[in-house]
Amino acid sequence: MSETAAPAKGKSLKELDRAVVRFAGDSGDGMQLTGEQFTTESAWAGNDIATLPNFPAEIRAPAGTLFGVSSFQLQFGSQRVYTPGDRLDCLVAMNPAALKVHLRDLKPGGLLVVNTAAFDKRNLDKAGYAANPLEESTLAERYRLHKVDMTALTYEAIKDLPLGAKEKDRTKNFFALGLVSWIYTRPLEPTLEWITKKFAKNASIAEANTRVLKAGHAYGETAEIFAEHYTIEPAEMAPGLYRAMTGNRALAWGILAAAQRSKIPVVYGAYPITPASDILHELALHKRFRVRTIQAEDEIAAVTAAIGAAFGGAIGVTGSSGPGIALKGEAIGLAVTAELPLVIFDIQRGGPSTGLPTKTEQADLMQALYGRNSESPVVVLAPATPGDCFYIAYEAVRVATKYMVPVMVLSDGFLANGSEPWLIPDPETLPPIEIGFRTESAGFFPYLRDPATLARPWVRPGTPGLEHRIGGIEKQDVTGNISYDPENHDHMVRTRAEKVRRVAQEIPPTTINGPATGDLLVVGWGGTYGAITAAVERAQTEGRTVASIHLRYMNPLPPDLGQILREYRRVLVPEINSGQLVRVLRAEYLVDAVGFNRMRGLPLASEEILEAINQLVGSPT
Amino acid sequence: MSAGGAEAKEAPKYTKKDFESDQDVRWCPGCGDYAILSAVQKTMPDLGIPKEDIVFISGIGCSSRFPYYMNTYGFHTIHGRAPAVATGLRLARPDLKVFIVTGDGDGLSIGGNHMLHVLRRNVNVTILLFNNRIYGLTKGQYSPTSELGKVTKSTPLGSADRPVNPLAFALGCGATFVARTVDRNIAHMEEMLRRAAHHKGAAFVEILQNCNVYNDLAWNVMYDKEQKLQYELRLEPGKPLLFGPQDDRRAVIMDGVRPKVVKAKDVAASALWVHDETNVNAAKLLADLFAPDFPVPIGVLAAVTGPVYEEIMLDQEQKAISERGPGDIAKLLTSGDTWRIS
Ligand SMILES: Cc1ncc(C[n+]2csc(CCOP(=O)(O)OP(=O)(O)O)c2C)c(N)n1
Ligand code: SF4
Ligand SMILES: [Mg+2]
Repeated sequence: MSETAAPAKGKSLKELDRAVVRFAGDSGDGMQLTGEQFTTESAWAGNDIATLPNFPAEIRAPAGTLFGVSSFQLQFGSQRVYTPGDRLDCLVAMNPAALKVHLRDLKPGGLLVVNTAAFDKRNLDKAGYAANPLEESTLAERYRLHKVDMTALTYEAIKDLPLGAKEKDRTKNFFALGLVSWIYTRPLEPTLEWITKKFAKNASIAEANTRVLKAGHAYGETAEIFAEHYTIEPAEMAPGLYRAMTGNRALAWGILAAAQRSKIPVVYGAYPITPASDILHELALHKRFRVRTIQAEDEIAAVTAAIGAAFGGAIGVTGSSGPGIALKGEAIGLAVTAELPLVIFDIQRGGPSTGLPTKTEQADLMQALYGRNSESPVVVLAPATPGDCFYIAYEAVRVATKYMVPVMVLSDGFLANGSEPWLIPDPETLPPIEIGFRTESAGFFPYLRDPATLARPWVRPGTPGLEHRIGGIEKQDVTGNISYDPENHDHMVRTRAEKVRRVAQEIPPTTINGPATGDLLVVGWGGTYGAITAAVERAQTEGRTVASIHLRYMNPLPPDLGQILREYRRVLVPEINSGQLVRVLRAEYLVDAVGFNRMRGLPLASEEILEAINQLVGSPT
Repeated sequence: MSAGGAEAKEAPKYTKKDFESDQDVRWCPGCGDYAILSAVQKTMPDLGIPKEDIVFISGIGCSSRFPYYMNTYGFHTIHGRAPAVATGLRLARPDLKVFIVTGDGDGLSIGGNHMLHVLRRNVNVTILLFNNRIYGLTKGQYSPTSELGKVTKSTPLGSADRPVNPLAFALGCGATFVARTVDRNIAHMEEMLRRAAHHKGAAFVEILQNCNVYNDLAWNVMYDKEQKLQYELRLEPGKPLLFGPQDDRRAVIMDGVRPKVVKAKDVAASALWVHDETNVNAAKLLADLFAPDFPVPIGVLAAVTGPVYEEIMLDQEQKAISERGPGDIAKLLTSGDTWRIS
């Protein structure tokens, strides 16, 4: 980390490569909003960013409690930022509970900003502090502690405004935002613009938030306690137009792009579930793309409505999280045997059962691959970053319609809510989605197959002369007539599997991050991309011949994967599950791959992956 | 694409044969499903809809094999889910005429929830529920419409759960069209099928169907000549609720807020209960009448108009498009907060 001093207004301005900041407070303290605004400001400053929102499962958790703490973490830097960061450079704690829950992640010597007003007896009790930690010396010895009475300073800034005490209190997160914006020299403009837009109808609130934001900023500049602040140079990112993108929005927009390109309507069936609901909310906003959303009575209805739509010649999409995907299993099997296109989003969360609704996990891979009765293979794709969700959703529609096959997309809670600066693509550069409904009746059979893809013809009801019946009962190949013939069933099972296997034709050569041969290959999939890449790049700079690959096609696997695996002495597979991909790799390729597995509901930290790498190839000497 | 129905295209002159598929029908000989199939095939030409615009969706059960035998588009889906499949299909293709074929188990047990929602949403579909009061396909377990105490393989000492009344269920779900007919009453069945198919919104038809293998003569009250004469109550709009043999005509009248059976000759014409299909409250009372204390009503209990789910959804879409133009992904991607890095 390079730190160069530069004086500004009597306070020194240091330059950093990157910083990890976490805002933590009560669920009612507006920490998500604060974090999002800070993210936007950092994007304006030209930094690369990765974010990690973390909130309680309870909607209105009791104020001041440990389980009611909500936080938002981000890392921003002048170089590629792969993860929201492992350890914090700066922690903002709005109350004792937030301090208690999050202090352990702050680096020794890190910046600790607390709102002293919240450290009263009641809140201390609720957080389980026998004595006020701010009055003890340990905190100040270990960290750069800044005790700020944000509540009083907030009230002071807006004392003349005609607002109730509650409304005034609610603006104090903007004080924190203003202060931290000063600490890291973030531009306030985007937040000021946001306030003006958001509170256009309520001038007093707009004024209050504006004043409090500026008061926080001014406090940093003038208060004696802050001797220095920091800048982070803009990152060297590919030129172009950027926006912040979360995974869920990217999935939704990928579907919109596919709807526009394919020129057919979309039916999205969903039953609300965290962390997938935002896809439904987002798609419901975009009726102009002929996307029709159904909030179904349950997950089974959601998926079967999508299947009905696909039968009708529309793009059928359904989305849920693990528990809902479990309910959809039988219907997905119907789409497998009816050979209809279907896209299924699984936004994985901690399980089993209700598990950890708001926390992330990667433990549905086996469910996606095998979680249905009998032999019912589907294509499985996994986005690597929030922005990648856009391309994966689009690809899912393209593959599903080209091969007449269900495609499951495995996202997760981290990708869903996390955001990154995203280089906006030109939609024209996306591969075409060519929908060729069959209209020719001569020689038609419902299960006549395209020789290259094995896809059966997609026929829109309403096409004269092509009236036909399909269903879940085994059918004879080509004719589609019900068949209980043993040889035919064997043939159909193999054919459905072969169809999925042929999707391998669509997979580009695997990108290898590092040497093409060496001591260790780290294989990842899904939302661990950033943590793995950061760890592997560190190991490489430390001189080890380590490479990584990140799978986006989980089924079928890339055709070049077997060969790549054999080019390294060891293979390490970090996953937020008890070892699912590693089993698949061992079974498919007979490689002695080992797993690195943590199931805490949190993203993997790059530090711990680096440690696992070191254990396998030996620490640098 | 019209949101209303499939009436737009001119249909050729069809006969029953045009609706027979090339598949061998595989129901047990003597099954009531044959008569229903024949009646449906026979009424299809009257709908005036090109057959390529007609889709039959079913779940699982003997009854749900139905689509295979119709020379239209068809989808034999999974147990209980046909209403949800049909909802998605209607939303994607409001130009199609969609039928749902289901059984008492398929539609009221495993799929009871979907039946509730397709009815309350008033999706424009025609639902034919074949009620044989038994699980036929799985070889004779009792069903949610089987009478209390029903002895079957799974209930050797008699079932302990009370039956659901499909008509009362449908009305309770807010169905806008509810009718009952009988597999052995061909002419009546055809009339009900026509009425239901022309209804705009979810039309629910309970067809009393005989499973001669596992529950023979469950509806004997409607088959046995003598009993039928005694109990059949034909509901006809504008006509009083009169039933029974000519020499012993009886009437259902309202005694306060309770239906009551009296001798017809003892009632003043003004006190008769005159059937009105638009009176859903009255339909709810009719739905509960059954032998032996009451007659068995057949016909249209209720037919009212109501907002149709997919019409509302598609109107919203049309409005959004006409006000702001079709979606443009390039514009959307660059909307809101963006920044340029050069
Ligand atoms: C998920 C699932 N559970 C159970 C079954 C077995 N099953 C098939 S049909 C049926 C009952 C059908 O009864 P009903 O709907 O009354 O149809 P019927 O055969 O009497 O016409 C059952 C339990 C199944 N096919 N799928
Ligand atoms: S089991 Fe009953 S319902 Fe099924 S086909 Fe045979 S007779 Fe008909
Ligand atoms: Mg039955």
